Amino acid sequence: MAEASAVGSRSRTPYLLLLPGMAWLAVFFVVPLVSLLMQSVQTPLPGGLPGQYEQTFRFANFVDVLSRTEFLGALGRSFLFALLATVAALLIAYPLAYAIALRAGRAKPLFLVLVVAPFFVSFVLRTIAWRQILGAEGPVVGALQALHLVPSNFSIYPSSLAVIAGLTYNFLPFMTLPIYASLDRMDTRLIEAAQDLYSSSWTAFRKVTLPISMPGVVAGTLLTFIPASGDYINAQLLGNATTTMVGNVVDSRFLVNSDYPTASVLSFTLMAIILAMVFVYVRRAGTEELV
Amino acid sequence: MDLNGDLVLRDLRKEFGDFVAVDSINLTIAQGSFFALLGPSGCGKTTTLRMIAGLETPTSGQVLIGGTDITHTKPHQRPVNTVFQSYALFPHMDIFENVAFGLRRRGVGNVEKQVMDTLELVQLAHLARRKPGQLSGGQQQRIALARAIVNRPAVLLLDEPLGALDLKLRRQMQIELKRIQTEVGLTFVHVTHDQEEAMSMADTIAVMNHGVVEQLGGPLDLYERPVTHYVANFLGQSNTFEGTVASRDGEFARLATADGEFSVTSAQSSGTLAMGVRPEKLEIAETTGNTVPPTANQVRGTVTDAAFTGVSTQYVVRLRSGKEVTVFEQNLLFGRRAQVGDEVTLYWDARHSFALPASAAHAAAADGS
Repeated sequence: MAEASAVGSRSRTPYLLLLPGMAWLAVFFVVPLVSLLMQSVQTPLPGGLPGQYEQTFRFANFVDVLSRTEFLGALGRSFLFALLATVAALLIAYPLAYAIALRAGRAKPLFLVLVVAPFFVSFVLRTIAWRQILGAEGPVVGALQALHLVPSNFSIYPSSLAVIAGLTYNFLPFMTLPIYASLDRMDTRLIEAAQDLYSSSWTAFRKVTLPISMPGVVAGTLLTFIPASGDYINAQLLGNATTTMVGNVVDSRFLVNSDYPTASVLSFTLMAIILAMVFVYVRRAGTEELV
Repeated sequence: MDLNGDLVLRDLRKEFGDFVAVDSINLTIAQGSFFALLGPSGCGKTTTLRMIAGLETPTSGQVLIGGTDITHTKPHQRPVNTVFQSYALFPHMDIFENVAFGLRRRGVGNVEKQVMDTLELVQLAHLARRKPGQLSGGQQQRIALARAIVNRPAVLLLDEPLGALDLKLRRQMQIELKRIQTEVGLTFVHVTHDQEEAMSMADTIAVMNHGVVEQLGGPLDLYERPVTHYVANFLGQSNTFEGTVASRDGEFARLATADGEFSVTSAQSSGTLAMGVRPEKLEIAETTGNTVPPTANQVRGTVTDAAFTGVSTQYVVRLRSGKEVTVFEQNLLFGRRAQVGDEVTLYWDARHSFALPASAAHAAAADGS
């Protein structure tokens, strides 16, 4: 009897451990998600004040919103900027992570702290700092002007380029750390083995190091692309009216215009597209087609 | 045999800061031979191997294969392949692709037959589509070997390839390695700290210590005629006696020691000398029942320990001077064995004693007296 109940309670333990997490997800993920979906199919309350809506399950809201070019443009820009920022972050982060993991020696912890150091300063402040860096009086433009590569009235901020640069910078640690982790775990004797088996350094990298670090690359690109496509701080602080991302539209529709259905439709669409893209990406990565 | 494929190390030296890992060694390793670099960890054997592979740059000296200087070529340009101690199989590729790796890098077109033939050779063709992580240690070891020999390198380097295997599997792989070496006829350079492994497989062994080759020779040579104390004690056990040459007796020198006079093969006619004799060469007159031959060396002592180990009984006998000698007696006898406390006469054929240079301490003491 006692034995049976001991076995029974042991088999219940995993579920008990799962309970807090599941409850958290239910309250803070499932409920808002359902509420978002419900809001996306509401219509204005007849005779009501702005911001008053009734539940009419008008799925045509999706068609209305997604046929407006300004919203489509914002969605398109979101994915384009996020994609470019992800690629740029990958190109910067991979060599950085490689150098820290395989070449830094005893300075490794120091470099890792430096990678994470920007997090000690507020996200907004760091982004505002980029205005100065990229602005007309900033060092980047100054250097370009000194080299006579750009006219005297040239400025990078505000522009799409500034937004992408901001996104790249802000999400760089999220790209660097997973790649670092996968490279640091790798047995460096595998590189020697590849060189011993007639691979030049470059071939050894392409055939051994890169494929083995792919899980890190996949994790890094997801951790960069997903938040970057929903980001609005960078577009708001470093962009202008022509660089609006979907996050900015959601922000203004929700908080300024009290246009909850439109904001919900855009949020939901953004989420659905990201999910679909991630699904395809991870499946391809899983079958090593990306290598 | 064609001598053009010999591997030659000429004054090869490697320093790491102040530490001399390999101290200007010279070796010629004949094509097609099974050569072992034997020594304790830190003796420079692995560094030597890595310099042959091109994974370490020598401080000075040369590496030549078939007369071609390859000292300054990159690892991938050398006709040399390595079986790594940790195997270093590529975890993201299956067994077939691991073995095909070298062939593909050299642009060999149809690799299927060569890869499968090599997998047959190591008897693992049925695992071609598994990943390395799904294989046991012994299987991974064979794949590492297959991945190297499929390329038919001029020299195959093996870095403690059996170190991670358990004893039984290690013995089995030793036999298999030897079979494969004979079958493919490649030059094998095998690094190990296991003297039994080196002796059972290699044609020639270089015993290394502190970055230098202490002695070079066949297994039997090294065992029966070690020339340094280090070799005498690293390969098996030795009982050593220090003394002064008192007279000569034909090919033998008569060595006066604290435990009496012994004959030892040596050309020396005066001065200090040390003599060694292997424990299994000693016989106990009381248990064999034989009379001691007149030309044999003999010494009396007291048995202080007797341990039965199955194939033999290992005795420790204390001599008059207090020196303790080890005796291995094969379990062939029906009579009584020596017991602890017994007074015994040990004897051995003079040809079994080998001369060693006198230790520095003894030579100094002899000079002073």
